[in-house]
Amino acid sequence: MTESKHHEDVSAANTIKLVFAWSFVGIPLIWGVYNTLTQAALLFK
Amino acid sequence: MTTAAQADSGGILHWLDRSHTVAKPGFSRWLVPPAALCVHLCIGQVYAFSVFNLPMTRLIGITESAPDDWKLTELGWIFSIAIVFLGLSAAFTGTWLDRVGPRKAMFTAALCFGGGFLISALGIHLHQLWIVYLGYGVLGGCGLGLGYISPVKTLITWFPDRPGMATGMAIMGFGGGAMIASPLSVWLMQQFATSSHVGVMETFIVLGLVYIFFMMVGAVIVRVPAKGWAPEGYVAPAQPKKLVTQAHVHVDQALKTPQFYLLWGVLCLNVTAGIGVLGQASAMSQEMFPGQITAAAAAGFVGLLSLFNMLGRFFWASTSDFIGRRNTYMIFFALGMILYAIVPWTGQIDSVVLFVACYAVILSMYGGGFATIPAYLKDIFGTRYVGAIHGRLLTAWSAAGVFGPVLVNYIRQYQIDNGVPKADAYSVTMYIMAGLLLVGFALNWLMSPVHERHHMKPEDVDA
Repeated sequence: MTESKHHEDVSAANTIKLVFAWSFVGIPLIWGVYNTLTQAALLFK
Repeated sequence: MTTAAQADSGGILHWLDRSHTVAKPGFSRWLVPPAALCVHLCIGQVYAFSVFNLPMTRLIGITESAPDDWKLTELGWIFSIAIVFLGLSAAFTGTWLDRVGPRKAMFTAALCFGGGFLISALGIHLHQLWIVYLGYGVLGGCGLGLGYISPVKTLITWFPDRPGMATGMAIMGFGGGAMIASPLSVWLMQQFATSSHVGVMETFIVLGLVYIFFMMVGAVIVRVPAKGWAPEGYVAPAQPKKLVTQAHVHVDQALKTPQFYLLWGVLCLNVTAGIGVLGQASAMSQEMFPGQITAAAAAGFVGLLSLFNMLGRFFWASTSDFIGRRNTYMIFFALGMILYAIVPWTGQIDSVVLFVACYAVILSMYGGGFATIPAYLKDIFGTRYVGAIHGRLLTAWSAAGVFGPVLVNYIRQYQIDNGVPKADAYSVTMYIMAGLLLVGFALNWLMSPVHERHHMKPEDVDA
């Protein structure tokens, strides 16, 4: 395997890991923010 | 002295050892913030614990409190014990954590925090409040402290170019955790509630297991950089700024420096100003704007403050990378003073929008104070013992957790007892808060570099 091919594989694996890791924490956080904003909207009604 | 190598455990838990967490070439450092967030999003639940208070006063009576049910005042101690043990565990385990590395610390934090829920569920099943104190308060509190400080040093080491942003991202999770936990807990209790059950015990079991799993994922992902690693293209500044040291100070030595106590005072006063308001936000908004802000709208106000508390952690900590930590705190104290002085006036001119805007900024700076302090410590004491020093400094949080609410509650009550209308009862408190921030401004202004005699020798740093 050439060195550039190895770098590409590492980079692709990293991208997949990054997407999974950030989704794992990001989805619950976005859900929490959405709930908070829905509740906060009552303040200005 | 036990070295990092000696701290390795061997056996089936060897994957927790620091030596097994060293990143291989090609590892992306951007995987470390989500690992830290896995822990902080869970332990941030502590700010939402109050959603259990009312249901826990009806465990026997179900629809209303029975004579043998727990009282609200007794339940209030669960949160207080947890916060005290957060401070104590952070203070006393910081050095151990520096030695064993972040994975073992996160693993232990997960067992303590999730286990605290499970033990508390048993306490509810047996209707023994002391077991809940021991479970969520003591064990859960230790999980909070360990979990809070566990990723800080790792993030600072991975992001020498942006330490504020990195720690801000993790500590932002602590602010956001309550926003997830609060609706999730309410939903779970609704699912488990029956005509003979309020559903708290089952909710505790589910939350305990979910938090253990979520925090374990963080422990699996986290890595420490290999020795001598630096981000691609990063060059340490040749001429460091006056308040950014390249040396390292041992945790025991840090306690002998005036800088530690100045920072302790800075954090304590910044937290006092915010925490007192956070606890009273709902009642304060309704009493200052009677008829305009309903109970439901006040709940929205509290939610909005939580959001700004969270966003401020990332925004201000990231900003501090550009303008410096001392300047960031100067803004917190100066702007805070102005805003606290304006708040009573917003009530007089009946401006809900201005009132909300003032508190949104104040709470962003409250969160910002928490998130900027690890990078401030790194600047003053170096990176070697920053986790342990941060742990000791968090006792300022415990102190402010008692001082802030007491200040707001007692002054308000004193005013009302002396015939001041409820709408005006907070004015004096706001002016006192502004005064506290003035003291904080002075302490921050006095900050100077640590004297060279406190620095570690190079051979001790490498040991």
